[in-house]
Amino acid sequence: MADASTLKIKAPAFDVEAIRKDFPILSQKVHGKPLIYLDNAATTQKPRQVIDRMYKFESEEYGTVRRGAYKLSERSTQLYEESRQKMADFLGAPTKEEIIFTSGTTQAINLVAYSYGRKFIGAGDEIIISNIEHHANTVPWQVLCEEKGAVLKVIPVNDAGELVMEEYDRLLGPKTKLVAVNHVSNALGTVNPIKEIIRKAHDAGAKVMIDGAQSTPHMKIDVQDLDCDFYTFSGHKMYAPSGIGGLFGKMEVLETMPPYVTGGDMILQVTLEKSTYQKPPMRFEAGTPPISQVIGLGEAIDYLNAIGIEKIGEYEHSLLEYGTRLLSDIEGLRIIGQAREKAALISFYLEDAHPHDIVTILDEDGIAVRGGHHCAQPTMKRYGVPATARASMSFYNKPEELDALAASIQRCIKIFS
Amino acid sequence: MSYNKELYQRVILDHNKNPKNFREIKNATHSSHGFNPLCGDDYTVYLTVDDEDVIQDAGFVGAGCAISKSSASLMTAVLKGKKVDEARVIFDEFHKMVLGELDPEKDENRLGKLKLFVGIREYPSRIKCASLGWHTAIAALDKSEDITTE
Repeated sequence: MADASTLKIKAPAFDVEAIRKDFPILSQKVHGKPLIYLDNAATTQKPRQVIDRMYKFESEEYGTVRRGAYKLSERSTQLYEESRQKMADFLGAPTKEEIIFTSGTTQAINLVAYSYGRKFIGAGDEIIISNIEHHANTVPWQVLCEEKGAVLKVIPVNDAGELVMEEYDRLLGPKTKLVAVNHVSNALGTVNPIKEIIRKAHDAGAKVMIDGAQSTPHMKIDVQDLDCDFYTFSGHKMYAPSGIGGLFGKMEVLETMPPYVTGGDMILQVTLEKSTYQKPPMRFEAGTPPISQVIGLGEAIDYLNAIGIEKIGEYEHSLLEYGTRLLSDIEGLRIIGQAREKAALISFYLEDAHPHDIVTILDEDGIAVRGGHHCAQPTMKRYGVPATARASMSFYNKPEELDALAASIQRCIKIFS
Repeated sequence: MSYNKELYQRVILDHNKNPKNFREIKNATHSSHGFNPLCGDDYTVYLTVDDEDVIQDAGFVGAGCAISKSSASLMTAVLKGKKVDEARVIFDEFHKMVLGELDPEKDENRLGKLKLFVGIREYPSRIKCASLGWHTAIAALDKSEDITTE
């Protein structure tokens, strides 16, 4: 007999209940109600496999990486580099040396801005971003432009939340040095046509950096097929710990770039007069890295691969469709962002209730959603709202949880009307 | 202690829907702009203070959540007719109450209706919402520039 969830949406290719058992945090109660975690675009929960792997590493295998000539350090270094290989494979990178670990996407974008940007972008040059970027993919470019006298151009979006590609074509020109856009918008869920964006930028002679913070947990990424120059990611958005993330960079580009943070580990030789630097990726990984977090990231990738990222994306899409249907039926609710290509998140606005009040009411029902501007104030301004509430889904969510979300939103409307 | 811990009480919801003194005061002697960059709550508070240091009129305009709006609304109602020094004392007590440092049922205070907001202490992320209007009013009295809370 089919269970309730399969009656509501197409049956997933994996056992959601079994998967939920892998995530210890999901079995808790909040305000006496079962936790319904729908803030996955902000950060994701960790499966027991990741937690256990890090525990084992910390209790049995921990040592410094890349410097000790003793067993523990050698083993630690080997595991650390295995995680780099897993990340490279996960993104379809040709070699693991093209994966640089940073604290997350924010630092990865700053690395590109400070290292590549300061060397190759000058006065009068142009950088293109879009109107639906996270502040992390806006502010570093503003700072760079201010410093260098470069010009920041912005691809507009239509009412549905899709980039206006004709405008992008117009913005591209001989002065364009870099295009930096997200793969998936964290505020609206829009999946951008990055393959086309990359091809056109290359035709114009520009490099391309893709902010992949929101895409890597939900869809198959192939940086070789995309042909992007940089692709960033955040571990904590893909079921790994916080404090780890990084970027893919084409080796031919990375090799031309100066160090961003300097110190130990990234040098070949240091005299008091001059230092010479390691090749990538070491050139960009000064200091002792977050070792356990890297091991955790490797385990999270194994976990995602075991389920299958395509199957994950398919199931999440059916949750999106189901949730969109439910929320569209609520009078007075406006969904912000209705792109044809969308990841599994729903940003919404109620006439009578401010997003922060919505969050508090939903929390009383055990439902965790985000309310605010999602670090995307220019996006909010574009749609004429101060903030939105956002429910973002993962493969561990169930259609019943979206029923509960809709009921709680109705309660909200009743309270504030 | 027998105060109501519920956050969204009827009075708060009513002040949100129909805020008092929700208007600009053209000839205000004091005004200030308050903004919370974290959530976008944005208000301007106007005060008219006479030669005797009495707040003769208080008003506010802007947008934000139910907590910030109802708090600003109740604040303007409370401030009218108060001496500036007294307003500062009440702000201090209000601030301590929402932080959980003052128990309005036990500790001496002049909070009156403002006790409604005692439940805020159970919601640490909302304390800034309840105090934004107050911070802005005090900034107006201090004649300081725009203020932000986050």
